[in-house]
Amino acid sequence: MTATEAETETRYDHGGDEFVYVELSAAMSLPVHFTSLAITRRLGEEAIPGVEEICPSNASYMVRVDPDRLHPRDLVRELQRIEGEVGSLSDDLTVATRIVDVPIMLNDPWTHEVLMKFRDRHQDPTGTDLDYGARINGYETTDAFIDALAASPYLVTMMGFVPGLPWCFQLVPRERQVEVPKYVRPRTETPERAFGFGGAFAVIYPVKGAGGYQLFGSAPAPIFDGEQRLPDFAENDSVVFFQHGDVINYRRVDREEYDDVRAQVDAGTWRYSYKELEFSPSRFLADPDGTNAAMKEVLYG
Amino acid sequence: MIRVQDPGLETTVQDTGRLGYYSIGFPPSGALDSFAYHVGNALVGNEPGAAALEAVYLGPTLEFTVDTVIAVTGADIPAFVDGEEIPTWESVAVSSGSVLSFGQLRAGARPYVAVAGGIDVPLYYGSRSTYTLVGIGGFQGRALRAGDELALGADARDPKAGRRLDGADVPVHPSTAEVHLLVGLHSYRLTEDSLARFTDTEWKVTPDANRVGYRFRGAELEFVPREQPFGAGSDPANVTDCGYPVGSVQVPGGVEPIVLLQDAVTGGGYATLGTVVSVDRDRLAQTKTGDRTRFVPVDLDGALEVRRDRLGALDRIRSALT
Repeated sequence: MTATEAETETRYDHGGDEFVYVELSAAMSLPVHFTSLAITRRLGEEAIPGVEEICPSNASYMVRVDPDRLHPRDLVRELQRIEGEVGSLSDDLTVATRIVDVPIMLNDPWTHEVLMKFRDRHQDPTGTDLDYGARINGYETTDAFIDALAASPYLVTMMGFVPGLPWCFQLVPRERQVEVPKYVRPRTETPERAFGFGGAFAVIYPVKGAGGYQLFGSAPAPIFDGEQRLPDFAENDSVVFFQHGDVINYRRVDREEYDDVRAQVDAGTWRYSYKELEFSPSRFLADPDGTNAAMKEVLYG
Repeated sequence: MIRVQDPGLETTVQDTGRLGYYSIGFPPSGALDSFAYHVGNALVGNEPGAAALEAVYLGPTLEFTVDTVIAVTGADIPAFVDGEEIPTWESVAVSSGSVLSFGQLRAGARPYVAVAGGIDVPLYYGSRSTYTLVGIGGFQGRALRAGDELALGADARDPKAGRRLDGADVPVHPSTAEVHLLVGLHSYRLTEDSLARFTDTEWKVTPDANRVGYRFRGAELEFVPREQPFGAGSDPANVTDCGYPVGSVQVPGGVEPIVLLQDAVTGGGYATLGTVVSVDRDRLAQTKTGDRTRFVPVDLDGALEVRRDRLGALDRIRSALT
């Protein structure tokens, strides 16, 4: 298969005996993502016996199947049928979602300490992850790169890795999107609540652990709460905060505000601020900056 | 109740796993060697799905405060009750005050202890399995420590000593394990030579081998050069982030394949070259650092046949033990 084919044709494949993997495109784009979402939603509605779990992701999706109830090849036929019926992105598709204010400290001391320990696994052993990201994305200064990271909101296009981690795709035209490689070999250590970037995706690591994303900053507020101690988690009866389809506005904070949020978390009083809204992919694609400004107006109004 | 006198190295409560939350990042967790786990429950007369203890390398020392029935399965390791060696893969009566201990591991990596009624810890997202990476499930979200007291469930179906697994069904744990691999996913990213090298190599288990995944060393693999698709990142091992099947194999940097197990990370952006057939993860779970593993390619029909054979054997064993 050539690279061109891999980028344009839907690939159906088997992940062992229990998973079917469907790649709608090798490249990320919002239209492809919403097609994946439309297919997985339809699949969920059809409740086909033997379909055990449905995992939509950025430009692909995955289904866990019970092969004793549904032959994986029969599942592929069903998925191909649904893909044909759903078609490509429809202009009137809207997604009920919310826009969330997420404080973030970029170029923070905690991720800096960790990333310096793992230079031997990085593309650029002599610099920092932020300097490297700025350079390969054509920014003249690291500060300008940092400004771009926080300038526009992101859409949660995938959840996972560990519970609650959101993959966030920045809502800007492709020529303004940041893109970086993952580490050459993953780190064995990442601080809790680190803000990372890999490919075209920003993430927050819910807990400490291994990780391969470039480390750019740190979020003061938790996105995973195993004991549901904070009201955002207790009231929703969930250990994770973010949901697929959330819009996140990363708002830069300084050390003082970072520490203030940490104190609210420790006191058990921290709450995210968010507003509900309807996201229209076609409207966004027609007017990205106008749509972003309107969404921020809803949030901060 | 069970009182933990010595926890061993990393002993956790596990059951069949936490299914249904993969899309928000919860791996299934659950017993790594599902055959040993299921046979243990059948031997002591539990319903399938009762929680048991999974140890690794070193067995725990456990004191029982009630008369009950236990079975030790999994790794080849001598087990003792009050200093007397007991048969493994066989249900054994223990009295209140008895102490279960273990000798040195002979082969395999993970012994299991099934107890009549199962280990009674709270259900967390539908399962009693421990997921230590984020500290949830099982006994307080962590591996056991000395002094922990584990409650036992009361709903054993038919606890009875003296049930024994037929010797022909007892798994052997060779130091080179063979597992079946369905090649695919992003295997087209590797050169043909490298894919062939992957299945020709005896891979050595590194010290970085745990319930999340096993890392191997043994050969270098090369990726096909390409202009990377948007979103993936520029490293040739990168793909646009996607879901990882449990059992999938990724090769960051081309030198260190990682096979994901029951505490898998559920997605990420490294190219995967295929997936180990689900029932063969049992075999990987019984390999330890320094052991070797060969990945034997199968097609989908072959994978389903391997699965059918193993699950059929388990059904036959369960019936025979009822």
